[in-house]
Amino acid sequence: MSRPSDLVQGTLDLLLLKILALEPLNGWAVSQRLKQVSGDVLQVSDGSLYPALHKLEQQGWIAAEWKASENNRRAKFYSLTRLGRRQLEKEAANWTRLSDAITQVVRLEEA
Amino acid sequence: MRMEHWLYEIPLRVRSLFRRTRVEQELDEELQYHLERKTEEYIARGLTPEQAHKAAVRAMDGLTQCKEECRESRGVTLIENAVHDIRYGLRVLAQSPGFTAVAILTLALGIGANAVVFGILNGLILHPLNVPRSESLYSIERPGAFGEYQSYPDYVDLRDRNRSFEGLIAYSISEVGLDTGNNPVRAWLYDVSTNYFDELGLQPYLGRFFHAYDEHGPNSAPYIVLTHAYWHSHFQDDRGVVGRVVTLNKHPFTIVGVAPPEFRGTLLFFIPDFFVPLVNRTQVEAADSLGGRGERWIFTVLGHLKPGIAPAQAVADLNSIGSYLEQNYPKDESQMTFTLARPGFSGDTVGRPIREFVTGLMLLAGLILLAACANLGSLFAARAADRGREVALRLALGASRNRILRTLFTEAILISLMGGAVGLWFSVVLLGRLNAWQPVARFPMHVPVNPDANVYIVALALAVVSGILFGIVPVRQVLRTDPYQIVKSGSRSSGGTGRRITVRDLLLVVQVAICAVLVMSSLVAVRGLARSLASPFGFEPRNAMLVQAYLMMAGYSDDNAPAIQKRILEAVQSIPGVSSAALVDNPPLVEGWNPDMVFSDQAADLRPKYAAATAIRYKISPEYLHTAGTNMLTGRNFTPHDDKDAPRVAVVNREFARQVFGSVTEAAGRYFKMRDGTAIQVVGIAEDGKYTTNIAEAPQAAMFLPILQWPTIETWLVVRSDRDPQALAPAIRGRLHDVDAGLPVFLETWKKGMDGALFTSRVATVSLGVLGAIGAMLSITGIFGMAAYSVSKRMRELGIRMALGAQRIEVLQAGLGRALKLLVLGSAAGLGLGILASRVLAGIVYQATPRDPLILAGAVLAMLLLGLLATWIPAQRALSLDPVILLREE
Repeated sequence: MSRPSDLVQGTLDLLLLKILALEPLNGWAVSQRLKQVSGDVLQVSDGSLYPALHKLEQQGWIAAEWKASENNRRAKFYSLTRLGRRQLEKEAANWTRLSDAITQVVRLEEA
Repeated sequence: MRMEHWLYEIPLRVRSLFRRTRVEQELDEELQYHLERKTEEYIARGLTPEQAHKAAVRAMDGLTQCKEECRESRGVTLIENAVHDIRYGLRVLAQSPGFTAVAILTLALGIGANAVVFGILNGLILHPLNVPRSESLYSIERPGAFGEYQSYPDYVDLRDRNRSFEGLIAYSISEVGLDTGNNPVRAWLYDVSTNYFDELGLQPYLGRFFHAYDEHGPNSAPYIVLTHAYWHSHFQDDRGVVGRVVTLNKHPFTIVGVAPPEFRGTLLFFIPDFFVPLVNRTQVEAADSLGGRGERWIFTVLGHLKPGIAPAQAVADLNSIGSYLEQNYPKDESQMTFTLARPGFSGDTVGRPIREFVTGLMLLAGLILLAACANLGSLFAARAADRGREVALRLALGASRNRILRTLFTEAILISLMGGAVGLWFSVVLLGRLNAWQPVARFPMHVPVNPDANVYIVALALAVVSGILFGIVPVRQVLRTDPYQIVKSGSRSSGGTGRRITVRDLLLVVQVAICAVLVMSSLVAVRGLARSLASPFGFEPRNAMLVQAYLMMAGYSDDNAPAIQKRILEAVQSIPGVSSAALVDNPPLVEGWNPDMVFSDQAADLRPKYAAATAIRYKISPEYLHTAGTNMLTGRNFTPHDDKDAPRVAVVNREFARQVFGSVTEAAGRYFKMRDGTAIQVVGIAEDGKYTTNIAEAPQAAMFLPILQWPTIETWLVVRSDRDPQALAPAIRGRLHDVDAGLPVFLETWKKGMDGALFTSRVATVSLGVLGAIGAMLSITGIFGMAAYSVSKRMRELGIRMALGAQRIEVLQAGLGRALKLLVLGSAAGLGLGILASRVLAGIVYQATPRDPLILAGAVLAMLLLGLLATWIPAQRALSLDPVILLREE
């Protein structure tokens, strides 16, 4: 089963929510955007992207809509819902807290 | 989860569920779009279109797999897959109807047996009495054989002096003649203390109950409360019955009310027709008062413990009353210590063995279910092995292992539910029958085991648990499956099952062992019953008719009883075909017994603790011993001259002679004393016999007294004939009608009359026998399945062996040797276990010991026969193999 091995559990949700918070995107565009913004550091395989999107939709954090894509084909566009925005704030805060804590630990001077 | 969340989720789920094609289409389209874009990207990087497409799919970790994961993350898969799995399971099961039928039947037997036994456990032990707060209800018992009986003055003292019970009620059982205008009919009643209904917390269905304030001394409360069932059957639900006056044994009583339908009395097996106050006892019983301290006739005293009082505290409280009674009434009271017993049976003396027996049955039924699960587990494992290719293929095609396990589990659960349903249906029918069954004609005896929600829930739970239990067996096998290996080699990867001990082997051994225990216990039970029936009764029940004449109901009294008894006896003796007839106050092994304390002739102190023996007393006419077929050992029988004016004499049995005088030879001609000081001379000694209602009793002292010297109104006739005694019944009825048209009589053969005494051992034998038979059937199917499977797996090898000139015996050995070895191993283990469990078995069934060599031999033989039977068909198949055909096919 394909899980993003170098992504901390649960952070994929955060990434996806954040990306979709900027603008509604289809799955393909999401994968492109991920690569683009993280400068290829965060490798999310296509095999785990779609299940993750479907899960977010199921939870009501994102909503889907069929629209014409950038090359004028029908594609499924995801956008953040009100609920999703709240979730994003929560997860972002969590992430900041966690990464701050980890950064503090990592920066400890060795005696 | 928040409301808002559901607002999003539910419509989506519903949509995914019901508009599946649409959702699937969208999923398809979405991923397709992605693939196209990706392919374009790869092409732009310089790959050929084909290579690009493949690379795009690979990047997705496989299109099908990705779709499946998307479905799974939508959450509907659970429901959807379940529907799929069920459909798929049903289809697979329908493909092998033989396997399905055997599996369902096996489980139906297991679950059915458990549901029936649990129904009994539920009815008798878990919810014994249909009264509010029955959990704090206890009956009071004294140690000793007749410990549940109390005397009326003792009851009053216990009731008024204790500080532990909310109140104490007392009841006894009587048979009366109820006259509603025509001739009297027999009816059974409880004589109850007037606080009976109030202390039990019951409300009348109709009219009113009687209360403590209704009684003002002996015979002051001539009231009747009907049970709902009797009101329904004998008064046709007539609501005007309240206030009606009827007669009981010719005494007028007023019907004041009807008890609620669910209340069936406080003795489980014995449901009365109505209730009458205890203070009116002299009108319904052959008694002239409520009795002294030494007359312990009250059947049971019981009551609710006060909240916060522990049983041990109550016992201490009762014991202090007991020592007070011993000090103040030394003439009558001794051994006044008490214990508490659960109500519902007549004290723990009867209740404990019943509870132990039912618990034991439950254990055996559990073992049966376990054996059935082992059986099904090995069947499923065999099937899973056969389906190795299918499993491998599905894995290769993108199914997750979880999904495959779920399919297998669904099949298991489907089978277990179907089996459970069949088993439950069967048990409901059986329990219904049992509930309506009246095992003994003369008593209103019932086994109240109507199945309720508990039974259904337990059956369902058992079905699911056993489904999981046998469904889990092939799990390891599936998890280990390597699709690549299997698809490549075209056969199961495990290759040589070889000499390794597999789970299947272990299951078979366990199953055979359990079945051996069951077979053994049923053999023990059957042999115990056979022995108890063969042991001498001390009389000859065959070709004898018992006639009970209810003189009380016809208004006779102790004074005029002897005259009418003489007329009855003469009338019956003169019937053609009657070889002899005799009077007895209460024949042995039919309805209760009358124990009396006896003292040695020298005894000056006639207090209970100085008694030489407690002997069962029979009042008989001179013809009795001859008519009953009781043999005299020495001395003389009674004659008509042993009457009121002659010296008191007795015939005693061997055990009496041994206990009181030391031996038979010393007893002849000697004297002993009764409780009231009467000295009696032993003129004859008779053989020992069975007397109480328990066929398994130890030898009991008994004495026979001339009915003319000890007049009684209790009247039974023993009528012996050289023809079928049943044929005499009309003639006997006719003659007695001529003597007194208003005299109720009850006729049955002595053998039939003994149904009550034989009841327990019969029930034990039948239930153990049935469980044993089920066990045997399970072991047959188990061994058969194993043997058939091992033959079919090795068809080809056997064919080659035969082609190479192997002898039949060698082929058999190769094909079935393993099954037989496992059978022997399992049987040995089972027999060993059976012997270890001997105490349980011996406790249940009369004269039964599993160490009995006959039983051991029988069990071994039975297991061998079962094994032979079960391997016969596979063996035939192995022998009839035509190597040429077989090899060509492969």
